[in-house]
Amino acid sequence: MIKRSTFKSSYLPYLLILPQIIVTLTFFYWPALQGLIQSFFLSDPFGRSNKFVWFYNYIEIFTDPLYLKSILITFTFSIAVASVSIALGLFIATMANRALKATALVRTLLIWPYAVAPAISGVLWLFLLHPSYGVVALALNSTLGLDWNPVLKGDHAMIMITIAAAWKQISYNFVFFMAGLQAVPKSLIEAAAIDGASPLKRFWAITFPLLSPTFFFLSVMNIVYSFFETFGVIHTVSQGGPGGSTNILVYKVYQDGFVGLNLGSSSAQSVVLMLLIVVITVLQFRYVEKKVQYTG
Amino acid sequence: MVEKTPFLDSFTYIFLMVGILIVGFPMIYSLIAATLSLEEVSRVPMPLIPGDQFLVNMTEAWTRGNLGSQIFNSFIMATGITIGKITISIIGAFSIVYFDYRLRFLAFASVFCTLMLPVEVRIMPTYEVAANVLRPMQAVWDVLHLNGVVSWFTGNDFHMTLNWSLLDSYTGLILPLIASATCTFLFRQFFLTIPEELCEAAKMDGATPMTFFWKILLPLSTTNIAALIVIEFVYGYNQYLWPLLITTNPDMTTAVIGLQDLIPQADDLPEWNVALSGALLVMMPPILVVLSMQRWFVKGLIEKEK
Repeated sequence: MIKRSTFKSSYLPYLLILPQIIVTLTFFYWPALQGLIQSFFLSDPFGRSNKFVWFYNYIEIFTDPLYLKSILITFTFSIAVASVSIALGLFIATMANRALKATALVRTLLIWPYAVAPAISGVLWLFLLHPSYGVVALALNSTLGLDWNPVLKGDHAMIMITIAAAWKQISYNFVFFMAGLQAVPKSLIEAAAIDGASPLKRFWAITFPLLSPTFFFLSVMNIVYSFFETFGVIHTVSQGGPGGSTNILVYKVYQDGFVGLNLGSSSAQSVVLMLLIVVITVLQFRYVEKKVQYTG
Repeated sequence: MVEKTPFLDSFTYIFLMVGILIVGFPMIYSLIAATLSLEEVSRVPMPLIPGDQFLVNMTEAWTRGNLGSQIFNSFIMATGITIGKITISIIGAFSIVYFDYRLRFLAFASVFCTLMLPVEVRIMPTYEVAANVLRPMQAVWDVLHLNGVVSWFTGNDFHMTLNWSLLDSYTGLILPLIASATCTFLFRQFFLTIPEELCEAAKMDGATPMTFFWKILLPLSTTNIAALIVIEFVYGYNQYLWPLLITTNPDMTTAVIGLQDLIPQADDLPEWNVALSGALLVMMPPILVVLSMQRWFVKGLIEKEK
């Protein structure tokens, strides 16, 4: 927590922490408090009246079928993104870990999508999955006999944003699985091999359990990513449509607040999101404690 | 590997190549599309042999999208966020770890609480703060009825209105996004691993806290700083929602947002060759940063999330 050997100064520590505190207070605590207060008020879009309404905004959003649908969509989307990108990241990392000679080259070839903005990933896939020009869309039509049209069909739009969001995340997961795989003790693998365990058996019995902390961590990070950072993907690819089928919670906050100017509802939605993040963070930290015990 | 598995080994390389191809496919395909003419790119299916229109498309995207000034804006934003975050974090962590003072725990806890809370969940109120950064001070002023107090003292009618808008400015693009606890944590964790003896020795030699910071702590932190530079640059450059909200002036737009204007809509000519050229240009700077500083970046990414 703190060094045993510390400096003595009456003003310096305050001066050093001050910039961080000012920025945090102005752009974090103050807005969060304002959001919380606003969520108990009902105001008209022109700011003429502001009426205290207790939990009206919360009752309103949780009885709104569109909001409940948005929750469902958000969970479906984030679980889909997390599973696709984690599975592919793990698979590629396992393969790359076996190909010991080319590790550096392979890493270079796989790492760059991390630097691509979600919105740009959206643009690339918008072209690849374009109903009339997209090569992947044409392949889907001819092989699966789909009538691919994400502009009109909700489930197709959902698949599209999932692919665009997951693609970028593969490299992130790859980096972590690669680090996790390299930390697996060679002696364990060799001992199992001497006992006659096949490579596949060794993977499931040794490597996979040892990767479980990485696995859990990445699940949390990918879910947080798809909850919040995918705003750019949605905004470029589908704008929440068609018919609200890709309107995830963060996008709905933006639409209700900035486009619909429904401040009370938007604030209540923000508060719900903040609570959600707090739960995820607590979960994450409890797990970190466990991990410390696990590795001794 | 432990035993010889030629069969599995060849599979490994095949699957690995398939994996790399899947990951690289959108990029390769966009690169090809960026070399074609409008007539070729809208042919179904699109030809897979690169054309000769690469420079034409790039120039077209650059001028039509006004990418020069937008990439410049993104660059300023990313650099500002990187420098700002790292600076306030490293001195903050120094304060938390190397000093023992009464409000230390409070300072630590208040920064800790902002961990993982992205700007996306509090956009409306943060936007209002950005529209007038002095609003919190104004509120304090009003609550204390200081207008009345000053009026009473001076005998004149007195009103003070504080207003400083960050909309459409670099400060507004940068400042709200440097409020993050992750960097402070990384530095804190790292400082805790530095041996006590270093600080003891420095104190014995009569070094002041700031000498210790500049001469010992900062040089020891270079690897961490290098890693954070990559991570925060990418983070800053790729911001979407925040710049979308607070910039209305086209001259202040960042590249990732400005790019949207190049995407052909339903009724436009399907100029995907130009749109994808623009996309390639816009995504280049962060990719180059990641690739050129790959070693530190990978280390930092893994350290950061521990």
